Amino acid sequence: MIEIKNLHYQYDEKMEALRGVDLFVPEGQFLAIVGHNGSGKSTLAMHLNGLLLPSSGDVTVNGLNSKNPSEFWSLRQQVGMVFQNPDNQLIATSVEEDTAFGPENLGMEPSLIRRQVDEALMTVGMEAYKDKAVHLLSGGQKQRVAIAGIMAMRPKVLVLDEPTAMLDPRGRNEVMNAVHKLNREERITVIYITHMMEEAVTAQRVVVMEEGTIVMDGAPVEIFNQVEELKRLRLDVPLAVEMVYRLRKHGFLLPESILTIEELAVELCP
Amino acid sequence: MPIVLDHVSFTYQPDTPFAAPALHDVSINIRSGQFVGLIGHTGSGKSTLIQHCNGLLFPLAGQVTVDGMPVLPKGKDLKEIRRKVGLVFQYPEQQLFEENVALDVAFGPKTLGLEDAEIQRRVRWAMKMVDLEFAKFKDASPFELSGGEKRRVAIAGVLAMQPKYLILDEPCAGLDPGGREEILDQLKRLNEKGLAIVLVSHSMDDVARLAKRLIVIHEGAVVYDDQVRQVFSKAKELADMGLDVPAVMKLMMLLKEKGLDVRQSVLSAEEGQEEILRVLNHA
Amino acid sequence: MLKDITIGQYYPGQSFLHLLDPRTKLICLFAYMVGLFMVKEPPGFGFLAVFTALVIAVSGVPVKVLGKGLKPMWLLLTLTMVLNFFMVSEGDILWQWRFLKITDAGVARGVFMAFRLVLLLNVTSLLTLTTTPILLTDGLERIMKRCFVPMAHELAMMMTIALRFIPTLIEETERIMKAQMARGADFETGNLLTKAKSLVPLLIPLFVSAFRRADELAMAMEARCYRGGEGRTRLRQLQYQGRDFGAFIATACYVACITAGRFWLKTW
Repeated sequence: MIEIKNLHYQYDEKMEALRGVDLFVPEGQFLAIVGHNGSGKSTLAMHLNGLLLPSSGDVTVNGLNSKNPSEFWSLRQQVGMVFQNPDNQLIATSVEEDTAFGPENLGMEPSLIRRQVDEALMTVGMEAYKDKAVHLLSGGQKQRVAIAGIMAMRPKVLVLDEPTAMLDPRGRNEVMNAVHKLNREERITVIYITHMMEEAVTAQRVVVMEEGTIVMDGAPVEIFNQVEELKRLRLDVPLAVEMVYRLRKHGFLLPESILTIEELAVELCP
Repeated sequence: MPIVLDHVSFTYQPDTPFAAPALHDVSINIRSGQFVGLIGHTGSGKSTLIQHCNGLLFPLAGQVTVDGMPVLPKGKDLKEIRRKVGLVFQYPEQQLFEENVALDVAFGPKTLGLEDAEIQRRVRWAMKMVDLEFAKFKDASPFELSGGEKRRVAIAGVLAMQPKYLILDEPCAGLDPGGREEILDQLKRLNEKGLAIVLVSHSMDDVARLAKRLIVIHEGAVVYDDQVRQVFSKAKELADMGLDVPAVMKLMMLLKEKGLDVRQSVLSAEEGQEEILRVLNHA
Repeated sequence: MLKDITIGQYYPGQSFLHLLDPRTKLICLFAYMVGLFMVKEPPGFGFLAVFTALVIAVSGVPVKVLGKGLKPMWLLLTLTMVLNFFMVSEGDILWQWRFLKITDAGVARGVFMAFRLVLLLNVTSLLTLTTTPILLTDGLERIMKRCFVPMAHELAMMMTIALRFIPTLIEETERIMKAQMARGADFETGNLLTKAKSLVPLLIPLFVSAFRRADELAMAMEARCYRGGEGRTRLRQLQYQGRDFGAFIATACYVACITAGRFWLKTW
């Protein structure tokens, strides 16, 4: 579980990127963080594994405080992080070598590395590519390799910072499916940063950030029904939600729990 | 006078073991003032196609002309062709290099050998077109702007050439919803001022919102070239090519399947709402 | 296209040479080069030719592939040969024009020099043809460590990252070039000065992007618990096998033959 208490972060005197964030994420949750660029969501993400340290306040993951130097590396091992640009996070030339990079840094036994690399590639469905050169893969495949590289370290928490922003629709699906599978089958806690609302809808919980603070926090249904508020924050709403909003305005009493077009279709023609 | 691609075929590294066919017998034309959407999944040949429109690539077979000028390697009109057909690549902010925004936007016009006064006029105009206030941004370093602003500086850099056709490859990729809205609005306004626009995009919603005509390319060949509504009515065929239809159309198709007699070729949430209301109120 | 230039182009295979430990290959290559420069006379070159032909045969790399790799070097080879023709003044004069003369000894030396270079190029390219870049860096790292070269791990890591990013950067160069050409940039015409100046719009974005990549990569490496070579293990363990000892013995024989020929028979 992740506990963030009154977190402040200042890049310099003028720029306060985080202004008092409190967040508790129980183990196994799939949490989406949305907000427009510059709202502080990436800064928050980088606090979770100690890439940034709080100016004030505390970040604790499974009892490991990021400010405590002796717990630093176990924190990094437990909280894996996937970034936006698939090209800039793969280190080695071949898929397998890259996946092994994390476990190698942890100083694991070669036989154990072998096992964890194979398993990690399997969970993201990239085992057939293990000898391929990474620069020849598609964007979605590269991102899956990046995820495998994290999973090979056996983390408890997976933080993904807009992992699909640079991908085409097919790549987006591949990555989304892989992350959901990890959450479902391996009970990995997922912190998924995105500004694609279709992706946020699939989370268990959505947090909306604005100017370095959390302004909304709840189940997708609770968040996406506040259509006007989301538009004020310059965020999209999924089409089904928008349609319900429009039809309700015209007097149709549709339930507010609708998030997908399938649900809406069922509701309109029972 | 249009951009005409006449039976164009293209292969990367022909006659080598690495030969990769990219375009096969493509014939299309882009007329002035049009707003055309170009869709196709990654690797379908979209980006090869658009590079033929301004002479960055030359056909192996077939011919390309821009307003009657043939696009030929080392052709005498090549400079004029590249000016007329503005091409904005994916992540265009990566091409910024000058110390301030005004200088970077001026790079294109300078290569045309224009007078200073004219260059200045064009820079101001181009920046206005992308909603960058001249006084505020002219001295700013392009490397210190936000992602959306950088992108707009890069687009202004192409607009400053005063092209007649503007081709954009995924201009909204990686932007947040606010940034995307701004770019799409600006494209709409530019088109209303008479600029022909070709929008290459993975987002069917964006294409549906702006384009009048849609070209679908698959495995290097043009599969559909028609009105947007007509093309999106082929949802099944598009799905087979790994392409989607706009979300609102998906909803209408689902409703139709479930027996609600709605018109399916609907392109915006507004239209969809009216159509649903029409049918439900009728019933 | 630029991105098809392959650095250290690997020729996949399962031959004896492919399966050797990269360290073995590096050490044996070094011994081979020493032998190559000890030989001075025709019988020795005959021996070298036979030995090299055997090595090529064992590698399973088609001669055509090797020849292709040699192609860009022809100019250098001819130049070396011709220059050597004129460098030697001893021996019978075959041809003379003012101060320029060619002697039989000069011709012999030129031909031997070129021959030596051909052999050297062939065998060095056999190393890259039969060894993946990863294994090669691995092998280098371990040899450097054994020889107490400072920063062996860092050097090897730099090589790994360079190999990984060369194709990416080549692709990027191509893209930025095209983007600037679309804005009217001209990289082809003009004199040297204008050409150099026209590179500015290409080089600055390239540097900016390379620095951004480096920054992001450093962060990603840190996030994956990278903290230098200390305490790091490797997935791939290099271990000498029976065949490596075979290779060492063959190399030892090679060195012994040449030493004997040169210092005992004195005719090599």
